[in-house]
Amino acid sequence: MISKDEAQPILRKPSLRPDPQPKRIKLHKSSGSQWMINSVFISLILITIYTLTHLNTENVKLSDAFHGLGMTLNQIFFQPNAGSDGIVVLLQALGSSVLLAIVTTIIGAVVGFVLAVLASRNLTNAYLGAGIRSAMAIIRAIPTILWALIFSIAVGLGPAAAIMGLSFHSIAYLTKAYSESIEEIDQSTIEALKVTGCKFWVIVFQAVWPTIIPSLVSWTFIRLEINFANAIAVGAAAGAGGIGYQLFVASGMSFDFHEVGMIVYMVIIVAMLLEFVAVKIRQHYLTTK
Amino acid sequence: MKQPKVNAAKFLGKKRMMQTAAIAIIGGIYFISCLVLQFNTVEGIMSVPKAFTWLAVNFQPTPESMSYLPQIGIKLLETILMAIASVVVAAVIAIVFAILGSKVTGISKSMQIFVRGLASFFRNIPLVAWAMILLFSFKQSNFTGFLALLFMTIGFLIRAFMEIIEDEAGESMLALEATGASYFQVIFQGVISQIIPSLISWILYMIENNVRDATLVGILTGTGIGFVFDLYYKSFRFDAAGMTVLAIIIVVIVLELLSNQIRKVIL
Amino acid sequence: MLEVKNLAKSYQKDKPALTDISFKVDSGKFVAIIGPSGAGKTTILRSLNQLIKDDDGQILLDGEDIRAANKAELRKLRRQIGMIFQNYNLVERLTVIENVLHGRLGYKSTISGMIGRYTEEEKREALELLDKVGLSEFALQRCSELSGGQKQRVGIARALIQHPKVILCDEPIASLDPASAQNVMKLLKDLTVEFNIICIANLHQIGLAKEHADQIIGIRKGQMVYNDVSENLSEDAIADLYGTAAVKELVE
Repeated sequence: MISKDEAQPILRKPSLRPDPQPKRIKLHKSSGSQWMINSVFISLILITIYTLTHLNTENVKLSDAFHGLGMTLNQIFFQPNAGSDGIVVLLQALGSSVLLAIVTTIIGAVVGFVLAVLASRNLTNAYLGAGIRSAMAIIRAIPTILWALIFSIAVGLGPAAAIMGLSFHSIAYLTKAYSESIEEIDQSTIEALKVTGCKFWVIVFQAVWPTIIPSLVSWTFIRLEINFANAIAVGAAAGAGGIGYQLFVASGMSFDFHEVGMIVYMVIIVAMLLEFVAVKIRQHYLTTK
Repeated sequence: MKQPKVNAAKFLGKKRMMQTAAIAIIGGIYFISCLVLQFNTVEGIMSVPKAFTWLAVNFQPTPESMSYLPQIGIKLLETILMAIASVVVAAVIAIVFAILGSKVTGISKSMQIFVRGLASFFRNIPLVAWAMILLFSFKQSNFTGFLALLFMTIGFLIRAFMEIIEDEAGESMLALEATGASYFQVIFQGVISQIIPSLISWILYMIENNVRDATLVGILTGTGIGFVFDLYYKSFRFDAAGMTVLAIIIVVIVLELLSNQIRKVIL
Repeated sequence: MLEVKNLAKSYQKDKPALTDISFKVDSGKFVAIIGPSGAGKTTILRSLNQLIKDDDGQILLDGEDIRAANKAELRKLRRQIGMIFQNYNLVERLTVIENVLHGRLGYKSTISGMIGRYTEEEKREALELLDKVGLSEFALQRCSELSGGQKQRVGIARALIQHPKVILCDEPIASLDPASAQNVMKLLKDLTVEFNIICIANLHQIGLAKEHADQIIGIRKGQMVYNDVSENLSEDAIADLYGTAAVKELVE
């Protein structure tokens, strides 16, 4: 049988027929994605050039400043010592920052999981989900440090304000991360339990929970890393104690950069330890999956 | 038939025990930590409504607080520009290091170890430390804030870019190598063109993140939006502080929505 | 003509991955390498274009030793050896024609290759080759939009535009459905004859190997245990390669 194309050559659209010797052969057609990539790059670069050329340096002579920075860094990294506070005080402060990170991560994980279940599109009704997601987006948009400052008025300056402030951001962050993991679950797994007449929370703990444990654990440890960094920030900028406060005092009040060096090394060691644990746990779950 | 049943029961029992133990351990850690930190969970929960009531009463913008808008606007714009500039400069530096140090494109084993160490080092020095160290040398200027964000971002982006390259470019790279292409040809044709969407996605995320981090840096170094918030907050002009928070919320959410739209188009 | 002499490789000391592999292939012939997983098939193939550096032996392509080549010479030799992969290894975000043109990179200056500038002649040849593999109307499509079989045909066009003397196929059909697999095998066989090249493929499917290949090489535990024309591949030989239990399953 003759194919349609051969039977009606005249009706063929000219564009479908490759020109035997076109002037220039195109390698790609213009696409929205390529256009968007180019415009994002160009605008970002233009903004950067504008910003850098208009950056306010307060007439600080950059060569002097970099020289000074070099000397400071030398003190920090090559001559660290515990300074006037002593190593015991610094270790205590470090410990309380670590505990702060752990407590706020646990709060974030527990509350975040409940909210994530309620917010996931494949589990609950659309309105409740949308409501929780928008509330979380707003909470996330406010920097952790502002949350800590806000709570420091409500409950007084100190660890309680720091815990509440960090927890708020953790809850919002983990709700988003968890609910994205939940939404990736195969719908049939959930439906299989729904048709047997299971109650909502039975489905959650029999089907949802076991499926997402790997990503749940890995997100939680990522948040623990972030919370440790935030605990330091809150300690420094909101006076909430811990190693962050010691860092702030040493670098901004007593200008003892040898002590800053000691604190920075202590923080780096803990942070790398947390990172190491997080990577190991992720590998563990990836290989056993 | 009997044997597997027993095993299954045993397995389930063991699993339940493990889960119970895990919950007990986590609970124990929580309560001991709270004890050490002198944090009362119930009081903490009670403080939430208190905080929000306080927020609603004090952070409420008044007609006067509108007069702060121009100042807030200028500082916010400054902060956004600074966040963008720090991410773009960091991305340029990070992509070079990521290519030199990733497992698939790396030039040598020792370079890989060096880049990994460098990234980890920059990332794990607390932002507070960067801000305070730089403040000492560069004084209270936007340049200080820019550098603090830059150093932090470099560390993050090197790690992110290396992971992207290892995940997405390994296979196409091997194929180009097999055609006899040179190293730079492989990098530009095989690696960069493949990973561009993921690169942009990370750059957009870091911009959003840096706007938030710039608040912290601003409080410490007296620049940008963090500075004005701190100023209003410490002088008890809470209505103006409320306006500042509102402005930050709007900017971050708009950036997030914009990023999501861009991601949708390019992926 | 490709001649491999006493090829040997070990990843760990005292644990040879390949020992004493020697064989000859003439132009216009399709060779299948078969054997159980982990026997060393991929190691042989990747040694041939030195993606894996082997420890000992000679690989002579028309008398020129690939193993003795320095970096620049190796690049030139690799131009003459096309390669096709199980997972196609295309740059998914680029268009079909751009991926085909990647086969020309070895012939270009570093700069023009980096920014992807190709001559009109090269582009025309790319279109002709796409026509040959039946993909001419997909030239401007992104590779990510193609099916597995189509992607593999892009991979074949990319190899052909190198004007190769040899094409190496690393499990070319392992990710394909049976119909596409049959298509790709037939295409490879036809092109081998048409362009008078050598085609060497790692294969799992003994049936397809027997059907399309001229010569079959059997590898077990890093050693060559079979090397003969495909008609002579007996059940005994298969049993020797894979173990007796597997024969029935594999031959069907």
